[in-house]
Amino acid sequence: MEVLNKLAILADAAKYDASCASSGGDRRDSRDGRGIGSTTGSGICHAYAPDGRCISLLKVLLTNWCVYDCLYCINRKSSEVRRARFSIDEVVQLTLSFYRRNVIEGLFLSSGIIRNPDYTMEQVIEVARRLREDEHFKGYIHLKTIPDASPELVERAGRHADRLSINVELPSAASLKALAPEKDAGGIERTMSRIHLRLQAAREARREAEAVRALPGAAAAATRPPRFAPAGQSTQLIVGADASDDRAVLRLSHRLYRGQGLRRVYYSAYSPIPHASRALPPQAAPLMREHRLYQADWLMRFYGFGAEEIVTEGGFLSLRHDPKLAWALAHPETFPLDLDRAPRESLLRVPGLGVGSVDKLLAARQHRRLRRADVLALGPLARKALPFVVAVDHRPRAADLQALARPPAEPQQAALF
Amino acid sequence: MDLPLRHPADWPGFAAQLPALLAGADASWTQDVGAQAALFGDAPTAPAGPWAPPEGWHELGRLVAMHADADRYARLLAFARRLQREPGLWADRLDAERRHLQSLARQVSREIHKMHAFVRFREVADTQARGGRRHVAWFEPAHHVLRAVAPFFVKRFAQHPWAILTPRGCLHWDGERLSGAGPARREDAPPEDAGEALWLIYYRSIFNPARLKIDAMKKEMPVRYWAHMPETRLISELVREAPRREARMRGV
Repeated sequence: MEVLNKLAILADAAKYDASCASSGGDRRDSRDGRGIGSTTGSGICHAYAPDGRCISLLKVLLTNWCVYDCLYCINRKSSEVRRARFSIDEVVQLTLSFYRRNVIEGLFLSSGIIRNPDYTMEQVIEVARRLREDEHFKGYIHLKTIPDASPELVERAGRHADRLSINVELPSAASLKALAPEKDAGGIERTMSRIHLRLQAAREARREAEAVRALPGAAAAATRPPRFAPAGQSTQLIVGADASDDRAVLRLSHRLYRGQGLRRVYYSAYSPIPHASRALPPQAAPLMREHRLYQADWLMRFYGFGAEEIVTEGGFLSLRHDPKLAWALAHPETFPLDLDRAPRESLLRVPGLGVGSVDKLLAARQHRRLRRADVLALGPLARKALPFVVAVDHRPRAADLQALARPPAEPQQAALF
Repeated sequence: MDLPLRHPADWPGFAAQLPALLAGADASWTQDVGAQAALFGDAPTAPAGPWAPPEGWHELGRLVAMHADADRYARLLAFARRLQREPGLWADRLDAERRHLQSLARQVSREIHKMHAFVRFREVADTQARGGRRHVAWFEPAHHVLRAVAPFFVKRFAQHPWAILTPRGCLHWDGERLSGAGPARREDAPPEDAGEALWLIYYRSIFNPARLKIDAMKKEMPVRYWAHMPETRLISELVREAPRREARMRGV
């Protein structure tokens, strides 16, 4: 089979993985006299597809042949999908060729399970090893870890990769057992913990090495500890393929962020796949549900919200209101806040005010009193804050709040052409 | 007299002249700024202290100087005058003029980021070049960002020769040295090469027709960039086919 055909099949098979992040790696470049590539630590989206998603990495499977039969997966053993398998060299050459065109930051490689987990993991690692050691590729590499791959292979994967991920797949162990009989939630979390411990050890070793280098008289090029996935680990789970509610999803995320130190949890709204099993819902989960989960996730990570504080209705996030607004509407006793006096952590809870906006308000109020115009000056979304704040020239009216509580108009998709 | 600004985004040149301008301006100097000359005539009305730029001024000015707006230097000068007289102004990021400058800076940062992202190289045979080939791209930046993007591409593609051609000027890297050149024309850019088909098939395949979000795509990848990105010519077809492909995914 031609590479062109393989690419069509194995990119199509990989598109259900939401992550395309290329951020969080260390900084390096190709000015050392050999190889190609650089990472700046912040990630670049080189293109956007009409699904609105960023294309940052060459995201492919090494093969979509698979011995597992996970019902939600298009590549499951019993699926009638077309199959293909890249050679290791084909993936290496594709990565380099795309990279030279400047259409990617690097590679996100995953694979169906062929023969057994360790064999598959070895093949995936070999692609990364060749890119790093033979081609001196300095770009970004994200490797999907195969559940139950041996610790020694996880170690090798982390040496070459910027990021490792292992998908928890579903919000509960029971759902996983029902829909992915060969996968085991315990095994997935074990691998995740192993990576977490290894990441902590690598961070520790780096700190120590830096301390040694900082000593007076230390050799400038004291040995650097071996690198291990400097961009950490992430995971993905599918929402809407089982009966788990948003509350359960958020509790799981909270546990993964706190307990396993994950950089990101990705949520993927279930969408029906060709040749789907009857055990799955015939309908796609609303994309709005996925969007609301990301918003709630954001509140937990950057706005100081606890998982239990996120407001749900019967276990589900409101589709009408974003989670920050839903929280504010549920806590009228907290508002209105005085713009001139409210502490930072309270202002961060005001709908329409992001971290940047709050910091601008705090800086300005050091020198003068804040006014309604200052809120409006923050940008179009900040108008949402007006019903929740008071200023020297502004008192919210009850009608403003009622207007917010009314359902928003249906969003219209503008025509492209 | 030499032009006081060596090129349109010459922030160091402007910053070096700024104390003199604030102290009363040198009229003969300003005449050489061309279209911007009239804007420099506005001398200070009240005596002000010596010019001590606040922390962050150079970062802001460097970006604003790259903006295509003709009055960018005049705005920087006017704001520097206010900074001399109004204590606390620099901390007030909600001041209207400050917001305007920040907005110019943001547009420039975004243009730099988008140029890093959206430049598309094509391979051309070149017997003179190291390795017998060069990678050449055509791009039309909206602001004077060519110099600012150069370090990114040099670090990333240090070992092979490449060129970025634009109507505002060109960058050439031969594997060791970076050089600039005057404006290029679109016809100077290379045609589609053999490897492009792979990228196009990837773009087509990674798109999920069940999740059409055209506005989100256009927000991050504005239409004005599409002309130099080969994959964008697939978009109208992908959008048109999406409902049919999505129905097939659901098996109906």
